[in-house]
Amino acid sequence: MSANLPTAIPGNSAAKISTGGHKLTAERQGDLMVINMGPSHPATHGTVKFVLTLDGEMVEDLDVHIGYLHRGFEKMSEQGTWQQVLPYTDRLNYVSPLLNNVGYVLAIEKLMGVQCTPRAGWIRMIISEVARIVDHFTALAAGALELGGFAPFLFGLEARETLYPLIEELTGARLTTSYTRIGGLKDDLPDDYEKHLMAGIDKALWCLDKMGGLLTKNRIFYDRMIGTGPLSQEDAISSGCTGVMLRSTGVDWDLRKHQPYLYYDQVDFDVIIGHQGDNYDRFLCRIEEIHQSVSIIKQCFAKLPAGPINVGDWRVTLPPKHAVYNSIEGMIAHFKLVIDGHQVPAGEAYQATEGGNGELGFYVVSQGNGRPFRIHVRAPCFYAMGIVKKMIVGHLLSDIVPTFDALNMIGGEVDR
Amino acid sequence: MQGLLRGLVYGGLIITVLMTATAWGMWLERKLAARMQSRIGPNVVGKFGLLQPVADLMKLLQKEEIYPIGADRLLFDLAPFLVTTFAIATAAVVPFSADAVGADLDVGILWVLALGGLMVIPVWMAGWASNNKFALIGGMRAVAQSISYGVPLVLTSLVAVVFTGTMSLSGMVKFQIAHGWLALWPPGPGVIAFLLFYMALLAESNRIPFDIPEAESELVAGITTEYTGMKFGLLYVGEYVHTMVGSAIAAVIFLGGWDGPFHIASGLHWMVIKTVALFASVYWVRWSLLRFRSDQLMRLCWVYLVPLSVGLVIFAALWRHFVLS
Repeated sequence: MSANLPTAIPGNSAAKISTGGHKLTAERQGDLMVINMGPSHPATHGTVKFVLTLDGEMVEDLDVHIGYLHRGFEKMSEQGTWQQVLPYTDRLNYVSPLLNNVGYVLAIEKLMGVQCTPRAGWIRMIISEVARIVDHFTALAAGALELGGFAPFLFGLEARETLYPLIEELTGARLTTSYTRIGGLKDDLPDDYEKHLMAGIDKALWCLDKMGGLLTKNRIFYDRMIGTGPLSQEDAISSGCTGVMLRSTGVDWDLRKHQPYLYYDQVDFDVIIGHQGDNYDRFLCRIEEIHQSVSIIKQCFAKLPAGPINVGDWRVTLPPKHAVYNSIEGMIAHFKLVIDGHQVPAGEAYQATEGGNGELGFYVVSQGNGRPFRIHVRAPCFYAMGIVKKMIVGHLLSDIVPTFDALNMIGGEVDR
Repeated sequence: MQGLLRGLVYGGLIITVLMTATAWGMWLERKLAARMQSRIGPNVVGKFGLLQPVADLMKLLQKEEIYPIGADRLLFDLAPFLVTTFAIATAAVVPFSADAVGADLDVGILWVLALGGLMVIPVWMAGWASNNKFALIGGMRAVAQSISYGVPLVLTSLVAVVFTGTMSLSGMVKFQIAHGWLALWPPGPGVIAFLLFYMALLAESNRIPFDIPEAESELVAGITTEYTGMKFGLLYVGEYVHTMVGSAIAAVIFLGGWDGPFHIASGLHWMVIKTVALFASVYWVRWSLLRFRSDQLMRLCWVYLVPLSVGLVIFAALWRHFVLS
């Protein structure tokens, strides 16, 4: 039997099982079993369904069914004003909503030709990196939990729980942050925020150390992760994978570095790349990226300029309240922004930002009025869903768990 | 007649004590795990949450019993019952002290191993009868694992048998009182045999890192997926009892049973202390480590544990021949 035939054809074929360095060969002896994993299954974060064809424990075929969390985000966005879309973006990647907020307003500002104030820009970078840290912690923790490690999971969540109150202090909400505004931010940083945040980050790094101590050199963890869920550079690029998925295969590609937005060209950080594109590489990449993000946050605080957080143009940001109540111009500007929305010039713009899982892009089309004509989200996880089959077929049922965890699929982002 | 009475009394006593101990063993596990993870653990029901096992039991008793469509009802009902029965029956031969032993069989160790081996049958029954693919895979994994780990388990028990020259568990303890604990006394091999035995025992009772039959992230809940109410409870209890009795047996075979260190204040309490310590260490491991993959588990068994235990048996035979005689 030729090696090119689809592996799902029943019959006698020798199948290679990769077991991390040791090669076993097995002859198929009986029928294949089709099993539905999901949409509600402990290993499928959120909702996704795998239709697996199993030969014993080996995955012969895999069909990914997404769409169980479809809310119609893109269609809903066309109903309100540009600013009213922002709360919806919180629900895209619900692990790092701040990154979505930033990405969305950057796309609109690009279309409007507005540049946010330097202080707002630097703060946006700070919150982006905090969100990235939270995102990576959640991915690491969930991955550990599903391999049976409850203690590392709790350390990961402890770190997240240290950072969530800090996000709450800043935005007023743990998850539904809606912190950014077109042309600026909801509010300036609270008093002493740098001190609070750095203390929280120190605690989170302590948790990361504990977590790494339990996992990184743990023989069982190593065996479960190394060599499983392999992804080649070609596959990663051709399927459109970005972020940790792409970097773990050794491709030096980070939008913060290679297509800098905000002030990422003014901070010094390393792009973390792996070399063989397996789950272990993705695990290590995430850990290192947390350290890089911390370094970026420190640099941002060092360079954070004083000044306004909103652009002064009343066609872009709401006028101050005293102007609204005491002057006819302020009153009208406020009314126009709230009722008619931002007058975004006709055209289209695409702004890509480096999200928690990769390139998070917002493609916005305007017909020159206050409501979006079309908004499309380029969700990083969506592209990973296209290649997951290749990463899992030919491996064991148990390998689905670490592979899917390292991929860090977020239902809200994939299905929108 | 006297034998029957004695059997009834001891049997009743063992079941009562064991089930109670298991219930609070679960509480202990949860408290220990919480301590390890900077949590509080159960603290609402009763003082320090001590009544938590009672609350859990009450909850399970009230649950509706659901039979999956197409389930084999007889096997489905029988499996949890048999799991618990076999687990408890193992305790019959465990000498808790010189007197407190249900049945001091001449072939006690054989009884333990045979029942431990039998455990896999109800587990497979549960997996098969549920008419659920996750349960089926869980059952298949359990069979593979139990059969594989049965080999090092028997071989390491054989080490103890060869050293002590008896298959009676109380005979083994008496030998250890006379010569020294097997885990310590032929320095090195003894402790290796003890660790291997304990590892194999963990694998037989499906605890992390050997809990692949019910790997919840892959197989939902493995063989217990379709079970509800007290039948789920019995499967669960069966595993705990198995772990508890296993700890007791490991304490008897390798840690000198009721013998105190340096023969100080020997008695039942030492047995209790050793059993609880081993039981707690199981959970130390369980809450620290991750889960193996099935093929890695098999490799660990056949590539490392089995050859090592064969070597230990040979060593034991030589030691017995040249040193002891």
